Amino acid sequence: MTAVTQPVLHQPLSGKETSPLDIEKIRADFPILAERIHGKPLVYLDNAATSQKPRAVIDAIVHYYEHLNANIHRGVHTLSVRATEAHDAARETVRRFLSAADTREIIFVRGATEAINLVAQAYGRTHVTAGDEILITAMEHHSNIVPWQMLCEEKGARLRVAPIDDRGELILDEFANLIGPRTKLVAVTQVSNALGTITPLREMIELAHRQGVPVLVDGAQAVPHLPVDVQALGCDFYAFSGHKVYAPTGIGVLYGKRALLEAMPPYQGGGDMISSVTFAKTTYNDLPFKFEAGTPDIAGAIALGAALEYISGLGMDRIAAYEHDLLTYATENVGALPGVRLIGTASQRAGALSFVMDGVHPHDLGTILDREGIAIRTGHHCAQPVMDRFKIPATARASFAVYNTREDVDALVKGVRKAHEVFA
Amino acid sequence: MTAELGELYQEVILEHSKAPRNFRRPTSANHEAEGYNPLCGDRCTVYIDMDGDKINEIGFQGSGCAISRASASMMTQMVKGKTKAEAVKLFEQFHNLVTGKDEAARAADLGKMAVFGGVSKFPARVKCATLAWHTLQSALEDEKKQEPVSTE
Repeated sequence: MTAVTQPVLHQPLSGKETSPLDIEKIRADFPILAERIHGKPLVYLDNAATSQKPRAVIDAIVHYYEHLNANIHRGVHTLSVRATEAHDAARETVRRFLSAADTREIIFVRGATEAINLVAQAYGRTHVTAGDEILITAMEHHSNIVPWQMLCEEKGARLRVAPIDDRGELILDEFANLIGPRTKLVAVTQVSNALGTITPLREMIELAHRQGVPVLVDGAQAVPHLPVDVQALGCDFYAFSGHKVYAPTGIGVLYGKRALLEAMPPYQGGGDMISSVTFAKTTYNDLPFKFEAGTPDIAGAIALGAALEYISGLGMDRIAAYEHDLLTYATENVGALPGVRLIGTASQRAGALSFVMDGVHPHDLGTILDREGIAIRTGHHCAQPVMDRFKIPATARASFAVYNTREDVDALVKGVRKAHEVFA
Repeated sequence: MTAELGELYQEVILEHSKAPRNFRRPTSANHEAEGYNPLCGDRCTVYIDMDGDKINEIGFQGSGCAISRASASMMTQMVKGKTKAEAVKLFEQFHNLVTGKDEAARAADLGKMAVFGGVSKFPARVKCATLAWHTLQSALEDEKKQEPVSTE
């Protein structure tokens, strides 16, 4: 690598462009897309598991370690100041990306899983008591099920599950009926990782708020595909992972309304989350640092900022429109294949296409496609209750990112046909 | 199909996966165990009618990919009439075969099951091939296992 450019951290985030995206140019930004797998060009359709990283993100990590690396909020020396400024700038980028009111509402965590666990521990353990209820939906990822189960078990509370229909859509009436005087929190996904369903979040949040119940949104599968405005949504907490939105693994975000975060006890204790410590009494630091004990993933946060700058530069509206067209094309073409049954046919979908095939187990399909250079996910997608709902052990899932093309879908269709021939 | 894929999905494996043998619960079964591969959701229950130390009758049920079904089907054919010790030794040889540790196993005691040698080129599929065997081992140990045996 020759030139390492400092990531641009203060350009205005754009989002309303309507001209089409230059996908070939975007593909050139992702070095890994040049890889060959078993001698074939890589067709990466496992983006719901993790996305690939653009050069801007890789460069941001390299730039950080070559020019900025020092611990933050500590030293008076220049590097520490530089690192702190870059880390702060990344937080501001996240705030703008989510349209949050205040950077103090942006907590850096390891990922959506840790964000949800933070809320379950710090908010849930304070507010939930025996006989209370937490409401989730039947299409949650395990990461938005298990932390609540653990909390309910500890407190003697009850986990309620709003059902979905055969298309994989939330049954809104039943969801509404499950919100009652004992409901202490609603925790719902914005986009289902296994089905691709986009949930009717605005309605759900309104229903919960009408009864004074706060709402946590698992946005892990939404943030890469849809413009998100936490203030317009009105959600109380919003969780997402960096690595699904073109940033590295190990970094993620919890957004929380300031008043809620202020009232919550810390999640973990340690350095950086305190104002003063004596053996008699510790005073906690202000937001967001109260929830960021220990030296954080500084490079990760800066690289997340670079990733969000990158996709904001492309325009989230344009990405959403392009991916919607691609998913429609994939749904039509894969859905038309003999023996294929789509799992998840909600009217509003994003990101993922799940399907099963007569006579071909998803695992065998995954192996055949892999030999064609096509990466998909097969299995239960960390959403076993969804599999149970559709009475299947597993699905094959193709999931998309902005660098995927109709040619990728055509390769998938060809590969699925090939698998059908092998096993027919 | 590429050569490696052809090695993995040999005709005999495809045939067994489509029409698995001993795909039932023998009425005389006195040992059973459930196997589960949490990575892909495959399930397999192995039923054995043990007569002393001998596998008198064996069957299996469950859902899984072609590799796991064919492996279970051929395993039941192979271990029927064998002693517990013989079955455990066959599992060891089979495991060596699918993990590429022992090419010689092809010519040894595994007979028809040597067709699973192609699995060694597909590390992600080793657990599919061994699920039934893990379950068999568990069923041999206990008359009735309470907890499913996991490939993890």
